Amino acid sequence: MIARFVSLLFDGFAYGMLLFVLSVGLSVTLGMMNFVNLAHGAFAMVGGYVAIALMNRMGWPFLATLPVAFLAAALFSVVLERVLYRRLYRATDLDQSLLTIGIVFMSIAIAAYVFGTNQQPVQLPDYLRGRIVLGDFSFGVYRLFLIVSALIITGLMVIGLEYTRFGAQVRACVDNQRMARGLGLNVDYVFMMTFALGSGLAGLGGALAIEPMGLDPNFALKYLVYMLIVVAVGGLASIRGAFFTAGLLGVIDIFSKYYVPWIGGFILYLVMVGLLIWRPNGVFARR
Amino acid sequence: MKKVFAGIGGMATAMLLGLAPAQAQDTIKIGLIMSFSGQFADLGTMMDAGVKLYMKEHGDTIAGKKIEIIRKDSGAAGTAPDVAKRLAQELIVRDKVDIIAGFSLTPDALAAADVFTESKKVAVIMNAATAIITARSPYFARTSIPLPAAMGALGTWAAKTGGAKKTFTMVTNYGPGIDSEIAFQTAFKAAGGEVIGGVRFPVANPDFSAFAQQLKDSKADSVYIFVPGGEQPAALGKALAEHGVTPKTVKIFSSGELVNDEPLKSMGDAALGIISGWSYSWTHKSDTNAKFVKGINEMLNGRNPDQFAVSGYDGMQLIYKALEKTKGNADGDTLIAAMKGLAWESPRGPVSIDPETRDIVQNIYLRRVDTVNGKPQVVEFDKLDAVKDPVKLQLKADGKLNPDGTAK
Amino acid sequence: MNAQTPGAAFNPQEVLRAQVRWRALEIIFWVATLAPFVLTPNYLILCSQIAIAALFALSLDLLVGYSGIVSLGHAVYFGVGAYSAGLLAKHGWGEPISGLLFASVVTALVGYLISFIMVRITHFALIMVTVGLCLLFGEIANSLHDVTGGDDGLQGVKMWSIFGIYRFDMFGRTAYVYTLVATFLSFLVLRRIINSPFGLSLRGMRENQRRMPAIGVPMKSRLQVVYVISACFAGLAGALSAQTTQFVALDALSFQRSAEVLVMLILGGAGRLYGGLIGAAMFMVARDQLADMNPQYWYFWLGLLLVIVIIFLPNGILGGLAALIDRVRSRRS
Repeated sequence: MIARFVSLLFDGFAYGMLLFVLSVGLSVTLGMMNFVNLAHGAFAMVGGYVAIALMNRMGWPFLATLPVAFLAAALFSVVLERVLYRRLYRATDLDQSLLTIGIVFMSIAIAAYVFGTNQQPVQLPDYLRGRIVLGDFSFGVYRLFLIVSALIITGLMVIGLEYTRFGAQVRACVDNQRMARGLGLNVDYVFMMTFALGSGLAGLGGALAIEPMGLDPNFALKYLVYMLIVVAVGGLASIRGAFFTAGLLGVIDIFSKYYVPWIGGFILYLVMVGLLIWRPNGVFARR
Repeated sequence: MKKVFAGIGGMATAMLLGLAPAQAQDTIKIGLIMSFSGQFADLGTMMDAGVKLYMKEHGDTIAGKKIEIIRKDSGAAGTAPDVAKRLAQELIVRDKVDIIAGFSLTPDALAAADVFTESKKVAVIMNAATAIITARSPYFARTSIPLPAAMGALGTWAAKTGGAKKTFTMVTNYGPGIDSEIAFQTAFKAAGGEVIGGVRFPVANPDFSAFAQQLKDSKADSVYIFVPGGEQPAALGKALAEHGVTPKTVKIFSSGELVNDEPLKSMGDAALGIISGWSYSWTHKSDTNAKFVKGINEMLNGRNPDQFAVSGYDGMQLIYKALEKTKGNADGDTLIAAMKGLAWESPRGPVSIDPETRDIVQNIYLRRVDTVNGKPQVVEFDKLDAVKDPVKLQLKADGKLNPDGTAK
Repeated sequence: MNAQTPGAAFNPQEVLRAQVRWRALEIIFWVATLAPFVLTPNYLILCSQIAIAALFALSLDLLVGYSGIVSLGHAVYFGVGAYSAGLLAKHGWGEPISGLLFASVVTALVGYLISFIMVRITHFALIMVTVGLCLLFGEIANSLHDVTGGDDGLQGVKMWSIFGIYRFDMFGRTAYVYTLVATFLSFLVLRRIINSPFGLSLRGMRENQRRMPAIGVPMKSRLQVVYVISACFAGLAGALSAQTTQFVALDALSFQRSAEVLVMLILGGAGRLYGGLIGAAMFMVARDQLADMNPQYWYFWLGLLLVIVIIFLPNGILGGLAALIDRVRSRRS
């Protein structure tokens, strides 16, 4: 009984951590830059395909592809930011959504053209497969890997934002953009770097997600709703919020599917709507 | 002032729409309605590859008439059957096609059924797999696989020969999933097995660990799985392996999708021993199939064909063979009459069209995943000859089937 | 009406009256909607679906464009309307016009219930709640397999002829006339609402959410009313879709449909009455033509179209054109 409970908790939390890595960047762009970037999933997809291409076509080991996936997505996002997004920083939310949905459509078609419409098979190294058995308890190795990765990322982000000079600049730009500019901060540069960081994390998430979620051209759109849920419930621009929300949603999803599978599909949405009505600014929002 | 442009926009719309197609007498037009984009895009890719390969091998002229293909994307708005229905209507009304083929998904075919009955045009179903579809219009013929046929056979085998006593079923919660669950459970119970539980999971379901845990806790000695193509087979397979459910501990029975190439590659050795009942695998040993596999390999950069590809290939084959018989007459009643009872050698073995139901009759193979040349691969070890769809046999036994194969 | 600008020679009644008057171009627009009967008789089915999408977008415009409520889950009402009309017809009452009324009443009721949630929250949370409700309704419809047919869609919807004379034919003639008339009548009603003092107060709330209560506008109840009206017309669009295709699928309730109608509206230009209509026509025609030309990769061209429109014509086609004209004019003068 306890073993089952722990196992479900573990699975759900690991699933949530994957959602966290995928969504945290969106939380940053939405909350900090006030930019509705619906193409966040497309950045994740870039990371996924880069990892796949390196593994399956060039024989790279899985772990080595992860930093490249991060960099590729970050680079890709900077190019888009310079060419397209910049023009719309002052535009309405609606215009921003339309632009980014357009980018999603294009990315889907490009992925289908370059990589084909099929699921990309991925074979992980043996040390990331299988499970660890401890008495009654057993844990999937890859899930453990997901949790550890997410914890490292969270740690790095918290340290980076709270204890470094760049972090202080970012916080200044989030809290009061005008004042930051007035104090001589290069807000554009800070934005660009933060945006790249957020998108890079999405790319990393995309690469990590291939194993449990698969990868095909529709990836850019398929998980967008989940990302938005994490961001909305967690509160904008809140790393801690996104972390706890993602973990919570993952656990709720798994538990409801286990104990009440016939209605499991919509418990997640019910919880989300309920939480948002209760705390519209996000459950873990600072303000 | 903006209203000026409103007006101009309206006019421009009208102009843009004004492209009427010309018609020629000595061509036969075939409209293909498939999901070329969206969630089920790969299904369209495979079916279309089959269609293209057949035409490459057999030319584009039959009985002195040139075959012209018009492709329409039904994946345009996700899985919107109203789009599929409109495309069918437009193909008939606007493009004046003689035959329609394709249909990735069951709702698409069901939504469009009345169009074919009303217009008296033959429609060849190249995938949509729910049993009842062909009973919805007397102009439907199917070359894919009526799911209950394969799953019933698998259920019987699992209980009688496979050594399964207590089973747990896991299917995707939609028409074909429920169809196959019922077929498997019915056959399994009839053969003396016991179904101790089951679960139906949502069509969009990123994480399967809760269901894998459920299966594990049920203490069943075997499991039956049906998932549609896409990301689900691999995701489910991995979740099972991660929870220690492998064929070594629990007997796994499934439909063909779980053991297609991509999921097999992803699952690796954890897949060894999975038993599936299905009508086609690219590993089927025959000269016809060897040629077919080679053709698809060339067309899709080395990818192996799956059920969707062979159904597309056979769909074209059925159309060609029927047109040959009618000497190029594509009139609905004549053509469907010619299709009834047609038999040919498909890459999957001998197949025929049941004259009573217009559904395909084919062998169902029992296959096991084994290591071949160091890689997991599907290997056939038994087969049932000429299996018909049990759902329609039951309808017939109940006296609910009309002479033209539609349901009362 | 409460909004009076003190001291200025500005009479809101006069402004509204000027807006109510029909312009020549509007008349041309609506006459042009008849052109497909002559010019493109083979495209009437598509035209009927455009008319439905246009009505759906128009209903959304009332929220997004005029009241400043962004909804990314408007398909809830489309779907509820479609299923009510479809179920009514399936269970023996196939009369179309009463079916429409029935469906819009049911949808208005659902809209009324949901509106209590909607007025409590704003901004991003509101958008996400609309998404959540849309997904929730989709899941409910899926699990009520026995009623709705689940993922297989609602089958057995048989419509009677309109007035017992006009059958829904293969060519879509009846369907287009029917949807066009319904859309036009709905447009008249919505146009009247928007150009009324009530409509003006909605725009006031959109522009300044603090000032309106200060001058005595009951925000919440106004928003609830507009929510119900919007839901009602979205339901009407759904019912039209169910009746003309004689089939309802889960897709009617999907997030995708919600997002798509928002894209159509933004593409045309929100808050401009004709924006939804133009956007729906542009989007549907572009999709149809592009998908015909390139069934596999047409997504790319559609995406490119959206990007180009937004870069060169911010605020949608109508908004962008209006800005363009203003610029040309000011340069001349």
